[in-house]
Amino acid sequence: MSLAEKYPQEIQKIFAKYPPEQKRSAVMPLLYLAQREEGFITKGAMEEIAGMLGIKVTEVAEIVGFYTLYHDEKAGKYRMQVCTDLPCALRGADKFIEELCGNLGVKVGETTEDGLVTVEAVMCLAACDKAPMLQTQGSDGINYHENMTVDKTLELIEALKKSVA
Amino acid sequence: MAHIILRHRDIPELNTLPVYQRNGGFAAFKKAVTGMKPEEVTAVVKNSGLRGRGGAGFPTGMKWGFMDNNNWPHYVVANADESEPGTFKDREIMEGNPFQFLEGVAIASYAVGANAAYVYLRGEFWQVAAFLDQKIEEMEQAGFLGDKLFGTDYSLRIYTHLGAGAYICGEETALLESIEGKRGQPRLRPPFPPSFGLYGKPTVVNNVETLTNVPLILENDADWYKSLGTADSAGVKVFSLSGRVKKPGNYELPFGTTFRELIYTHGGGIIDDRPVKGIMAAGASSSIIVADEKALDTPMDYASVRTLGGDLGSASVIVLDDTIGIDWVVNKTIHFFKHESCGKCTPCREGNYWMQHLTERIHSGQGDASDVELLNSVARQMQGKCLCALGEFATMAVVTGIERFPEDFSVKTRV
Amino acid sequence: MRKQVRLTIDDRQITAPAGTLIVNAAKQIGIDIPVFCYHPKMEPVGMCRMCLVEVGRPIIDRNTGQPVLEDGQPKIQFGPKLETACTTPVSEGMVVRGMSEKAKAGQNEIVEFLLTSHPLDCPICDKGGECPLQNLTMEHGPGKSRFLYDEKFHLEKRVPLGDLIFLDRERCIQCARCIRFQDEIAGEPVIGFYNRGRATDIVTYTDPGFDSVFSGNTTDICPVGALTTSDFRFGARTWELKSTASVCGQCPVGCNIVFNTRREAKADGRIVIKRVMPRQNEQVNEIWLCDKGRFAYHYTENGARLSRPLVKKNGKLEASSWDEAAAIAGGKLRSADGEVVVLASGRLSNEDLFNLKSLADGLGGKALLYTQMGGGDLTARFGVGAGTNFGEMGAGTTILVAASDLYNEAPVWHLRVKGAAKRGATVIVANGRETKLDAFAKYVVRYAYGDEVETINGLQQKEKIGEAITSAENLVVLFGSDGLGLNGTSNLAAACAELVQGRAGKPNNGLIGVWPKANDQGAWEIGFRPTDDLSSELKGKTVYVVAADPAGDDPQLAAALKEAKFVIAQELFQTATADLADVVLPAQAYTERDGSFTSGERRAQRFYAAVPAFGESQADYAITALVADAAGVELADSAGQVFENLVVTVEAFAGLTYEILAETAEQWPVVGRGDMYYGGTTYENTRGLGAHLVGWGERGETASRPRVQEETELRPKEGQWLAVPVTKLYDQGLTVRSSKLLESHIGAATVTLHPEAAKRLGAGAGELVEISLNGTTAQVSVLLDETVSASVALLPRGMGLPISGPVVAGLKKV
Repeated sequence: MSLAEKYPQEIQKIFAKYPPEQKRSAVMPLLYLAQREEGFITKGAMEEIAGMLGIKVTEVAEIVGFYTLYHDEKAGKYRMQVCTDLPCALRGADKFIEELCGNLGVKVGETTEDGLVTVEAVMCLAACDKAPMLQTQGSDGINYHENMTVDKTLELIEALKKSVA
Repeated sequence: MAHIILRHRDIPELNTLPVYQRNGGFAAFKKAVTGMKPEEVTAVVKNSGLRGRGGAGFPTGMKWGFMDNNNWPHYVVANADESEPGTFKDREIMEGNPFQFLEGVAIASYAVGANAAYVYLRGEFWQVAAFLDQKIEEMEQAGFLGDKLFGTDYSLRIYTHLGAGAYICGEETALLESIEGKRGQPRLRPPFPPSFGLYGKPTVVNNVETLTNVPLILENDADWYKSLGTADSAGVKVFSLSGRVKKPGNYELPFGTTFRELIYTHGGGIIDDRPVKGIMAAGASSSIIVADEKALDTPMDYASVRTLGGDLGSASVIVLDDTIGIDWVVNKTIHFFKHESCGKCTPCREGNYWMQHLTERIHSGQGDASDVELLNSVARQMQGKCLCALGEFATMAVVTGIERFPEDFSVKTRV
Repeated sequence: MRKQVRLTIDDRQITAPAGTLIVNAAKQIGIDIPVFCYHPKMEPVGMCRMCLVEVGRPIIDRNTGQPVLEDGQPKIQFGPKLETACTTPVSEGMVVRGMSEKAKAGQNEIVEFLLTSHPLDCPICDKGGECPLQNLTMEHGPGKSRFLYDEKFHLEKRVPLGDLIFLDRERCIQCARCIRFQDEIAGEPVIGFYNRGRATDIVTYTDPGFDSVFSGNTTDICPVGALTTSDFRFGARTWELKSTASVCGQCPVGCNIVFNTRREAKADGRIVIKRVMPRQNEQVNEIWLCDKGRFAYHYTENGARLSRPLVKKNGKLEASSWDEAAAIAGGKLRSADGEVVVLASGRLSNEDLFNLKSLADGLGGKALLYTQMGGGDLTARFGVGAGTNFGEMGAGTTILVAASDLYNEAPVWHLRVKGAAKRGATVIVANGRETKLDAFAKYVVRYAYGDEVETINGLQQKEKIGEAITSAENLVVLFGSDGLGLNGTSNLAAACAELVQGRAGKPNNGLIGVWPKANDQGAWEIGFRPTDDLSSELKGKTVYVVAADPAGDDPQLAAALKEAKFVIAQELFQTATADLADVVLPAQAYTERDGSFTSGERRAQRFYAAVPAFGESQADYAITALVADAAGVELADSAGQVFENLVVTVEAFAGLTYEILAETAEQWPVVGRGDMYYGGTTYENTRGLGAHLVGWGERGETASRPRVQEETELRPKEGQWLAVPVTKLYDQGLTVRSSKLLESHIGAATVTLHPEAAKRLGAGAGELVEISLNGTTAQVSVLLDETVSASVALLPRGMGLPISGPVVAGLKKV
């Protein structure tokens, strides 16, 4: 089903934010909408968005390529993005992600066998005082999880597992 | 002292409309719209000495005064891209005290004649954006946003726009490109946004914290605000304290508070009571200040921090203790800048890639003295040549780290 | 005029208009500041940082507003940072140091940065020898690498962006020239950047990839070997190439080109064309070319070319000698007693057409132009004046494009009209369907096919459009043959001529025919005329067909030729017409001989022999002279002499000489000299900018008001369709289909219908339908276009269906 058929109201709301002659501004929110489907953006979705905005599909792809929260490849249902940037690393983030990966039996960038979680190391998420912390990116958007421990994270994964089951 | 920005810490449920209104909410906006000319509002802000809280410290009122009145419509954009490692104040403000921030956006919009304002949030602030959308809707329903506000001809709407993971979008022209649906790459400047901004129209871009100051300045007048802080840096600042301290967090303090007070009085001192080794006062973009006694007693305002060979920037104070190797710190910051370099200009794109190889080699003990020399040379070679500040920022920790902490670079390298 | 400011660049004092960028002010006095991302045809972006210079400005006293003096001279303050010369405009009293130690150091350091990622594979790189990065590395690069080679960022080296352009990701320096060209100049942003930072990559997501007919230009302006054409890739080293000036023979724009040639072992030691490059002519093609012009030349070296004269003996064509063939052909023409038809196309040069016309006149026969587009008599009278230049048109100019799909009919005009629109010209597009130019037009007028003349006649009555036409300082009207045949275009031309008649002869004013062939305008000027009943004209006559294939195009014409008394065919290939001929004469391709074309803007331009003749073939004008000699008519047999005869006979050419056509003048921007980093690898024009034909206005004659003829209306009945011809850039035409490189772009025959109409027919996009028209039936696949009217079927010309003009047709689902 096309995005236009599936999300008519959301799309209308998105377009209402920008001046009518500046439709192209809607590309980022539309890409988020497209990503809800499969956790990544398909070429078909890019083409549909290009059509809605009256721009070339390559111009839509440029946006997907530039911004790190858009993905062009399938990963786990949830991307578990652990901040390992300087301030978090000063408070144990590197050790945290290493232990977490050890527990899950994956390397950074890999997906758990059940396809639920892909562990990623990311840059600063503006929660430096609550390290270690991570965000989960899934079809329901992005959620922060702060002051984490490996145990708490494993509990979180269990909860996620239940929610998709 | 009662908080000015982090007022939610004093007033429970300030992020609900009734509580905010009961505490004087929207009085300033109403006063401006119904009783002041736009240029009078700008004048108050100018006189208050308020400077941009995003890092550059540019006088806010002056920026508003630059708007090209021969070119319409005008826009206001709130920069909520908060992506500098070590900065986490804007999120707390938007979650805890959203109406004061939005009222600041509204007053700024009135002052420059904008009928539409955008809040550009970094993509990770997905929940914050949803929360703000809800608050904006409440304001619309309560008549604080929409058409013919307070019975005047003034109309205003505020919209959120989510980024999608790009530090560079904190740079104001890159941010504007991003709202326009393009890759977030900085534009050539000049022209500056007040003459050529969003959609090519005059635009004021202000940081969240900057705008959050505005309602109380209008309510209490410029002199009140000026009396806080120092002559050089008026008012209060939210200091984001992180790193090797016992109690990291946001602390709203007057400009001029010393590093020592922030780290020890508010931050509870260093983990395991180790000595402080270095301070990065403006996040990962900082020079690394040697944390000697003199530095610790230096007041935190724009001018004083500069005397230490640093910058206050957005006041994202990352504290390093003696367990931390500066070579490791530099490797971390370069990883960040290499990841975030937009690729538009040569020195930043190529220089960060090159530096990353060098810092990696040096930190892992695979480098030799010539690698340190080369790293320093590459960083200096980038300086003064980049299209925007990101490339310059990337070199700060490298150059000052090697210069001020030479032992950290000689221990690890093979002789 | 903009205010002039005085400044100093590298100790030389100059004046330049305020706002001029330092890099251009320097270039104007011969100082080269190195650049990679800057290109004089595009907006500055300041990305590569190569052009760093020291910039000093006079210190101004705040109280007096006057410069502070020191020893009687203004005191200059230099900033702490170097500035980019490509983004900094000049200002009064500025002092620029581009050669100082500091500036040089800055430039050297940028080159070092660029080289850290560059593969340095110059020995196998096609750009080697004409590569800005290579050249600037020689000048600015470090002798030794401080970057560990093992740490280089490795990327794919063979990425086809389309079938014509290859990307080497490692060589790319992210200057974005290609992306900006496609966006700013071509208006087709079909390539872009993916990822960011060091991982920034050029990508295309269109299907087919790099879907633009201007793609080749990106290889000229690419300052490294990242973009190369599949045509030239690994073809030769640039320093082995000889260059010969020429003019593109594909359409009426008349783009100036260069044929790069080399003697080649794999071609049995022959001299062959290795590539086509643009040659600068700011008034014609600037520094650009379309891909058809760049890649279609291969037809000239197709091995199937005719190499010897053929004569029909016992019903079969057999190899013969020039003497015998010319004697037979000439004899038949002489004995035809004036019942002679010379049928030629605008693919031929002015010289060829003049000799053919002279022969027809000498024998008392007719000189017929083989075309489906009329109105050339009107462009000859109301054509644009000397000095016309789309590149200078902007605000104050109105450009009307009527019944023309410029993108397909004359791509570089599309590009230049789009450029004029960007500079503020008012572009009006009137057509029966959407064309690519619509996106850049201020006004789009949509009409039903058949209402062309009425629509043009009514334009002046429309409020805003009428105003844009009548009050325009300059008015250019381009008319084409989209949906029209000979009668329709003749009438359209008359209607268009009415709009410009008072302006004839003025620069940037007048009528332009978007002809199907490069030299149709020349043919009209020389006196060739089309006929609306060619079949009748051919029957029973002695026919001399040159550069045309009526028998291949239309079965009715094939039948008519069979009834001709005697047929002489002069061609490059053994066409269907040649199959029917009694004598076949092998002509040289225009790459093998000298000559000249007249462009749609009435600019006569010379081309020169680039490669030796194929087999025994001869130049068309020379063959005609040979045949004429046998027919008892004396004609010149060298290009120069024919042209001399032409200028004294045809008034429009009066005063022109080959020397005049070969004259050049300084052009801006300066390209093609040592500094290829500035303008790209487009060649400098050293062999002639051409010259405008004399117009009626300039001759002091007044033109009579053109009259529109009545035409019978074609209205399809219920269940019938109005089939109209449209032009497709890459069609089955002789010069395209004989060039292997473009084969995949031709595609199958199609019919374009309104989606609703297709639905009624029960056919979806891509499905086959059967079309019957003009006595033929064929299967074609369906394309959809919402902008055409419901009962209209668009059929591309030159795709095997005999459609010379609008015709009632039947359609049914297969």
